[in-house]
Amino acid sequence: METKPDMSLRRSAFREWLDRRTGFDSLLHHALDEPIPGGAKLAYVFGSGLLFLFISQIITGVFLAMYYVPSADHAHTTVAYITKEVTAGSFLRSIHSYGSSAIIIVLLLHLIQTFVYGSYKGRRELLWLAGCVLLLLMIGMSFTGYLLPWDQKAYFATTVGTNIFSEIPWIGNALKRLLRGGTEMGTLTLSRFYVLHVFLIPAFIFLFVGIHVYLFRKAGAAGPISEDAVAPKMPAERFYPKQLVMDMGFAMLIIVALGVLAYFWPAELGPKADPSDTQFLPRPEWYYIPVFQYLKYWQGSTAVIGILIIPGILGALLVGLPFLDRSLERRPWKRPFSVGAFTAVLIALGMLGVISHRDDLRSPGVAAQLKTQHEEVERFMKAPFEPELSGGSLATANAGLADPNAAKGKTIYEKQQCNSCHGDDGKGTAAAPKLSGVGQKYDDQKLQVVLRSPTKQMALGGMESVDLNDEDMKALTAYLKSLK
Amino acid sequence: MPDQPHQGSCNGGTESAPTGTSRRSFLAGLLAAGTAAVGALLSIPLVRFTLHPVLAKTTEKSWSDVGPLTEFQNIDDPIKRLVTIEQRDGWRKTVGEKPVYVTKDTAGQLMVLSAVCTHLGCTVPWIEKEKKFICPCHIGIFAPDGKLLGGPPPRDMDRLETKIEGGVLKTQYKLFRQLTPNKEELA
Repeated sequence: METKPDMSLRRSAFREWLDRRTGFDSLLHHALDEPIPGGAKLAYVFGSGLLFLFISQIITGVFLAMYYVPSADHAHTTVAYITKEVTAGSFLRSIHSYGSSAIIIVLLLHLIQTFVYGSYKGRRELLWLAGCVLLLLMIGMSFTGYLLPWDQKAYFATTVGTNIFSEIPWIGNALKRLLRGGTEMGTLTLSRFYVLHVFLIPAFIFLFVGIHVYLFRKAGAAGPISEDAVAPKMPAERFYPKQLVMDMGFAMLIIVALGVLAYFWPAELGPKADPSDTQFLPRPEWYYIPVFQYLKYWQGSTAVIGILIIPGILGALLVGLPFLDRSLERRPWKRPFSVGAFTAVLIALGMLGVISHRDDLRSPGVAAQLKTQHEEVERFMKAPFEPELSGGSLATANAGLADPNAAKGKTIYEKQQCNSCHGDDGKGTAAAPKLSGVGQKYDDQKLQVVLRSPTKQMALGGMESVDLNDEDMKALTAYLKSLK
Repeated sequence: MPDQPHQGSCNGGTESAPTGTSRRSFLAGLLAAGTAAVGALLSIPLVRFTLHPVLAKTTEKSWSDVGPLTEFQNIDDPIKRLVTIEQRDGWRKTVGEKPVYVTKDTAGQLMVLSAVCTHLGCTVPWIEKEKKFICPCHIGIFAPDGKLLGGPPPRDMDRLETKIEGGVLKTQYKLFRQLTPNKEELA
C-alpha cells in the first residue's frame, strides 16, 4: 500500500525530468488550456476536423505509395492490384478517395462557419489569408490526386482540367505544357502530378497549417457572433475538456462515415486510360461539377471573361474579404451585403451542379454514353486482377521477332542446340557466355565467319563450327542480332 | 495533466480543486484510452495492407501443361516439350518457356525430366542415334529415364513433379542446384 504514493511520486519525477528537457507539459497546457470566449460549441469543430482528415490522408497516402508506381505503364495496374488483390487495399484506397471528398465538404463548412460568424474580423487578416492558401493547396491536392489511378476518367478529366490553363492569356499555353511535361498528356504528366501530390503540395500544406494554427492562437478564438472580435468580454472556457471532446466526437463521426462508405461502397477504378478513345465523356469529381458546368457557358472569344476575369474577381473578393470588410460587426443580419453575396455564390454553385446533372440526364446521347462508361467501370471492377506482363516475358521476347527471318533463326538456334550451352534466348549458361548484345558488337559478316570457324579461344570453350547453308546462316545471324 | 489551479477568465474553476482534478484526470485517462483503442482499431487495415505480400498464399503451386496424355501413351523415346511457366512478382508476371522431356521410368510410368544438366546447367539434348541424353558441354551421359550413365554430372537428371488433370499431363517446373549429389530445390 505504501508503494502507491511512491509510484505516483516517481511518475511525476519522470514527468518533471522530461518537462525540463522538452517543455512538454507547458506545451500540452498551452494546447489544452486555449481559452474559448463564450465556451465550447459544436460550430467550432470543423478546423480540427480538417486537421484530422489531413492526417488520415497522409497515413493512407503513405501506405498506398507502398504499392503504387507513378508511370503511365504501371500506374493503372498497381492501383488495380491495390484495389483487387492487396488485403484491405480497396478499403484503404476508398478511405483516401472519399477522404478527399470529405476534406472538400469540411473545408466548405469551415469556410461557411468562419464567414457567417464573422470570425475573420479583428486583426485576423493573415489568418484568413493562410486559410485561403490552404484552400487553394487542397484544391491542388484533389486535382493532382485525381490523375494518379490513370483510368479513363482520370485521364480525360485531367486532359480537360489542364486544357483550362491554356485559356489564361499569354502564359496559358506555357503553363499547360509545364504542367503536362509536354504538349500532350503522358507518363511525364503523371510523374509531375505525383511529385506535386506527394511531395510539393503536402510540404506547403504542413507549412501553412503551422502558420494558420499559430496565427489562430495568436489572435485567439473569436467566440460567438455577439462577442467582440478584438477584445473578448465573455467568460472563457478552456479548450480541454469540452471542446476537445466535441472535436474528437466529430473526428469519430468522420471515421465512421468514411469507414462505412469504404466498406460497403468501395471506390471504383475504371479501365486503363486509352488516349485514342474519342467517345469518352469526361466528368470531373462531384465538387468540380459546378465549375465544369459554369465553364460550358464560356466558349470562344468571351472565354477569357468567364475563365479568368469573373473567377479572378470572385477570388480577389474572397481573399481580400478581411481587408474590404473592416467593420467589427459580426452578426450576419447586420452584414446583409457580404453575407448575401456569399450565399448567392453558394446557391449559384449548387444550381450549376443541379443543371449539369439534369443536362446529362436529358441529352439522350450523353446519358447513353455515360451509362456505357459506367457499365465499363463495373465490368472492369468485376474482372479478376490481371498482372502485367514483364519485359523479360516470352510474349515480349517473341514480339521482338517480328522479322520472320529472325523467327526462323530462332528455330535453327534451338535445332542446332545452341541453347544447350548458350541458353534459351541466348541468355547464357555456366558453360558458355550469353549471346545477347553480340549482334551489336559484330556485323553480319563477322558473325558468320566466327560461326563457321570459331576462334581458338571459342573452340577451347567447346564451341563447334556451325555448318549451315547460306539462307539458314542468314536467318541465324538475323536471330542473333535480335538478341538485345 | 491539468492539475494547475485554474486561472484567468476561464470559468472552469468553480469546482473545488481536489474533486475537479480527479474528475479531469479520470476524463483524461478515458480519452487517452479511447484514442488508443480507436487508433489500434484503425491500424488493423494498415497492418494487413503492409503484410499482404508476406502472408498471401504464395504456396499455391502453379502447374504447367505439358500436353494431352494421348500424345505420350505410346512413346518409346523421350520427347522434348516446352512448358510455359508463369512467375508472379506482385502486380507483374513473367512468362517463360522451359524445355522438359516426357519419358518413361523402368516401370513404364510417364515421367517428366528437367532438361537442365545437373553438372553446369546446359540444356541436355536427346541423341536419337545413341538412344541417350548426351550433354554437349562436358559429355555427361544419361539413360532415357534420366539415370546417370557417365561423365562429370553428380546425379541423375532431375525428375519434376507431375499430375494428370482432365487427360492433360501437367508438371511443376522447378530449378535445382547444380553440382550437388542430392536434388536441392532453388527458391
